[in-house]
Amino acid sequence: MWAYILRRLLYTPLIVFGVLLVTFVLFKLVPGNPARIIAGPGASESTIKEIEAQIGLDKPRWINVDGAREQGFGALFDSQFFRHMWDTPRFEFGDSVYKKKAVSEILYKGAGPSLKLTVPMFIALLATSISISLGITMLRGTVWDLLIVIACVIGMSIPFLAVILFGQDWFAGKLDWFPIRGYDTGFAGVRYYVLPVILGVFAGLGSDVRFYRTVMLDEAKADYIRTAYAKGVGTGRVLFRHLLKNAMIAVITRVVLAIPFLFLGSLLLERFFSIPGLGFLMVESISSRDYNVIAALTYIVALLFIFGQLMTDICYALVDPRISLK
Amino acid sequence: MTTVPTQPDLADGPAEVVKGRSLWHDAWRRFRRKKMAMISLAVIVVYVIVALLVATGLLAGDWNEEVGPRYQAPSADHWFGTDIFGRSTLRMTLYSAKTSLTVALFASVISICIGVPMGAMAGYFGGKVDEFIVWLYSVLASIPGLLLILAFAFVLRDVTVFGYSLQGMPAIYLALGLTGWVYLCRLIRGEVMKHRSRDYVTAARSYGCSQKRIILKHIVPNVTHLILIDFSLRFVGYIHAEVILSYLGLGPVKDPSWGKMIDAAKLELQRGHWWELTAATLAIFFISVALNIASDALRDALDPKLKT
Repeated sequence: MWAYILRRLLYTPLIVFGVLLVTFVLFKLVPGNPARIIAGPGASESTIKEIEAQIGLDKPRWINVDGAREQGFGALFDSQFFRHMWDTPRFEFGDSVYKKKAVSEILYKGAGPSLKLTVPMFIALLATSISISLGITMLRGTVWDLLIVIACVIGMSIPFLAVILFGQDWFAGKLDWFPIRGYDTGFAGVRYYVLPVILGVFAGLGSDVRFYRTVMLDEAKADYIRTAYAKGVGTGRVLFRHLLKNAMIAVITRVVLAIPFLFLGSLLLERFFSIPGLGFLMVESISSRDYNVIAALTYIVALLFIFGQLMTDICYALVDPRISLK
Repeated sequence: MTTVPTQPDLADGPAEVVKGRSLWHDAWRRFRRKKMAMISLAVIVVYVIVALLVATGLLAGDWNEEVGPRYQAPSADHWFGTDIFGRSTLRMTLYSAKTSLTVALFASVISICIGVPMGAMAGYFGGKVDEFIVWLYSVLASIPGLLLILAFAFVLRDVTVFGYSLQGMPAIYLALGLTGWVYLCRLIRGEVMKHRSRDYVTAARSYGCSQKRIILKHIVPNVTHLILIDFSLRFVGYIHAEVILSYLGLGPVKDPSWGKMIDAAKLELQRGHWWELTAATLAIFFISVALNIASDALRDALDPKLKT
């Protein structure tokens, strides 16, 4: 077990290294010259050169051979690549090309509004889909089971964008139950979040219920459930004490791996409901080609995901004696 | 059930020759029995025919033509009304079948062409090869999928291969295909690992089969059903992904697509122009439902474990 955990711990930096490499290639190397964007249209070549020097773009991409020849071996690593590999893990993301502010500051500001949207949405979605799936295990084989599965497929088949457009138009526009869009801090802002959360839950319900239904039905077939019934345990107790507890392993795995992505916010929902979170920021950064922001966001979420995965694996190793060195 | 292939009973001497039924034959029999599955299959076939007719220029080739005043509500002349340029929404919806199906098909094929060989190699060879491939997909799996797709789509737009610009459709299906193989690779790797030590593989090896032949001719056919099931769900995923890419301005450039129609309609709904959005949504909706049901039926029909 400890060998497994140690191996797992040593493997993690390798994956972080891979993420750094991918973010460098995708967001720093390929997209072209951000100096041009900072300088704005019509800037002279000399201004662009100056900005390039400021943000380190005048350095070679991978290794600095010329620098090493002139200034000794240490300067070999004075390149864009090593700069990225050194700065990013220390959360030094540089400045936003478009907003002219530190990326870390922008991200810090956007995380709040995003989490206020995604956390309630996630909890509501989890609670609803687990309750429905638990209910289904009692109705297995009846027409209700079939109806719910059909409803799931229908829910999954409507494009998310269409759900948002129709939902916003109908519930906020025509029926006027909710404000169409907007944002406010504190308690006054809650009303702006209600409709996006509902639409998000609706859109996610189909695939989630289907997933948990399969998990629960698999458990419901297990011998221990039959034993429980046979010794006269009531239905409620079987469902909550026996089935849910065992199904929790699959549920927790899914939950832990989903949590990092909550920080990303919701690209579409934030845009349509004018919530100034990270999803909104991402769309903005994509259209303005603000790659420093996208690279930073990618790195942070990937890091959280890797950490979440590590924690689950270690917890499993601690709990399950069958896991050992493979 | 009685579909288990019956084996001639050797103890009773020469038995009558039993015509063998292949897994595919059996699967088709099981699939055919389900009414919903057959209806879904019919719907999918209709979509494919529409896409083929569009591709050959027999249908909706004139989608760009002005057929009436702008924003006309659905009528007997124009079943789904007209859009901002007075073009027929129906023709655009039909033409988009080709666009969206092409994107989904090519993206799926690319994903499968990467995911299956990588998964098979990782599972079969193990060791260093396995470690490298697992590392590669662990890295890609850690990066938020949508960001990865967007980054690829952005980068590929400006790439030119052999004088052929990837801007437009190729950038989309390459972005989707190159990022979407991780799950399939993991699935195939696990399955091949199980098959590697089975007797039939050992037998093939003892015959002097080359490793390439063992993987391609012996193991891969045994995991084909997984690829097929994955394909049907992957296809739906890519149709929906195209909508989001189009919304972000990374969709097809010239051709209309369901995603572009939904995107174009996003500001029109408040003014009461619901038909363009509805037409595109329904088009996506029906093929998604059909593919979902067909995929479920396919899994039931092909998964030998469910055979009782």
